[in-house]
Amino acid sequence: MHESYLGSVIRRFKYHKAGVVSLVILSLIVLAALLAPVLAPYDPNAINPEFSAAPSVKHILGTDQIGRDLFSRLLYGTRVSLLVGFLSTLIATFIGVLLGLIAGYFGGAADMIIMRCTDMVMSFPYILLILVAGAIFEPGMWNIILILGFIDWPGIARLVRGNVLSIKEKDFVHASRIGGMSRTYILFSDILPNTIAPILVFATSVMAISILDEAALSFLGMGVQPPAASLGNMLNGAQSITVLTKLPWLWISPGAVIVLLVVCVNFIGDALRDAIDPSTTKS
Amino acid sequence: MARYIVKRLLIALIVLFGITVIDFGIMTLAGNPIEILSGGPRISEELLAIRAQNLGLNQPIPIQYLNWLKATLKGDFGYSYKNYQPVSEMIGSHLGPTLVLMGSALVLSLIIASVAGIYSAVHQNSGGDYAIVSFAFLGQSIPGFLLAMILIYIFTVKLGLLPSSGAWTLGAEGRGIELKYLIMPMIVLAFEMSGRNIRYIRSSVLEILNKDYLRTARAKGIGRFMVIYKHALRNALIPIVTVIGMELPGLFGGAVIVEEVFSWPGLGLMTMNAILARDYPVIMAMCLLSAVVVLLGNLIVDIVYAFVDPTVRFD
Repeated sequence: MHESYLGSVIRRFKYHKAGVVSLVILSLIVLAALLAPVLAPYDPNAINPEFSAAPSVKHILGTDQIGRDLFSRLLYGTRVSLLVGFLSTLIATFIGVLLGLIAGYFGGAADMIIMRCTDMVMSFPYILLILVAGAIFEPGMWNIILILGFIDWPGIARLVRGNVLSIKEKDFVHASRIGGMSRTYILFSDILPNTIAPILVFATSVMAISILDEAALSFLGMGVQPPAASLGNMLNGAQSITVLTKLPWLWISPGAVIVLLVVCVNFIGDALRDAIDPSTTKS
Repeated sequence: MARYIVKRLLIALIVLFGITVIDFGIMTLAGNPIEILSGGPRISEELLAIRAQNLGLNQPIPIQYLNWLKATLKGDFGYSYKNYQPVSEMIGSHLGPTLVLMGSALVLSLIIASVAGIYSAVHQNSGGDYAIVSFAFLGQSIPGFLLAMILIYIFTVKLGLLPSSGAWTLGAEGRGIELKYLIMPMIVLAFEMSGRNIRYIRSSVLEILNKDYLRTARAKGIGRFMVIYKHALRNALIPIVTVIGMELPGLFGGAVIVEEVFSWPGLGLMTMNAILARDYPVIMAMCLLSAVVVLLGNLIVDIVYAFVDPTVRFD
């Protein structure tokens, strides 16, 4: 029986064991983050009588210096980090796809201008640009999302442009053109669907980087601001040597969640790459 | 070929101009540095006006831009708003530690990435391959500052072996950078870089191993060792060169967070302090410098490819 494209992608995805395990873990983390209000035993900002308490039955991950329950904060922090990662990737993908489509399909002056803008953004050291933007705008979750979204697009734009350039010379696109289809139809119904797979793979790496960048910015105090929790700003306190040495539970658990989250996203991206493009599968 | 190089140079110049405009635009958008410098209500309006005049901040923004550009072209990056030192002098005094740190990290990561990447590709799907690939994923996924904290926890706090901040023992600045200060920041940077590069080198070598000329070499019966070491590795040099090109953008800006965590007295720490203090001349000079490095790096890589790879078309 003929197998559908999606079916074959799913079948090949399943070969990638690390990818499958990552997908399960990531789903669990996302679920826990979504259900944070239900799962959290305490209000994430509520102050409890136990300060800097080590993990115990009452507070399974302990409490921080002002008595907030770490497990509850971790759930809400994961929620913020996931939201930042997801939304900024969405913005970056949207901008990148739009500009890449225009540059690749129309070519000429539009292509020249868009690609030079891409070069300009890419010439700035990435982290420097984020730090400068983070210092200029009011720190906070929504600004972080916008900053990362507006900085991360050039890679996607280049990728889409390259794909469009190769797809637009394919016979089925010529057929549509001869058949008198409109440019919008060709762009969105012929070209875009055939370039979605690589975009998806690339977007996973953008998401991994966004989560890391949010963590770095918040770690430096230029990201999500307390009392709101994010995985990065939970680590901020660990810059002090007392926290680092005497209260290790304050940084070990958020640190572990960040690493786990990013490892999972990266493995899923790798599995998707293998699943979508059979030629790169381990031969 | 000459036309191709001239064209690439022209494009690089256009991009560079755009970068200076964006750079200046962002900084101007950021707000008036006079407010930041004034340090509260104790300074009188007149004094502020004089200060603005001295810094040229009372002129229209396009004029400010032109003044800055004119000075920059002469190699004068102006004075820091914070400590009134010439910016070029500040960059000069912070350049050394950054070059040492980035250079050693780059070399270490290249060694790790090439050895691990090539081993992994040659022994594809073996236990060693899986271990190396997992290591690479971990390197890509662990935030640098977290790894730095873990290292400080182990080597400074628990074992007391390595110092956690600075580049030399206090009071011994003249003797230069000491190795024990370099080890931890170097490892953190090299870990991040090799994570990225192992998988790149591995997949490039895999691709080479599947090429027809290697099948021919195998068919000649010269043995596995000769096939890999004589035919494959020479071609694997190309992805390694690419990796060096890809890491160039990080050379100036990338170490910001690691330098901040380890108080490494390099350009990254200087830039971070400038960002926090909104010291525009320093930030602009750093952005510009790093952009020039990136542009030059890309240009050189493009031109080298044009020489090496006959399939690159000069149009």
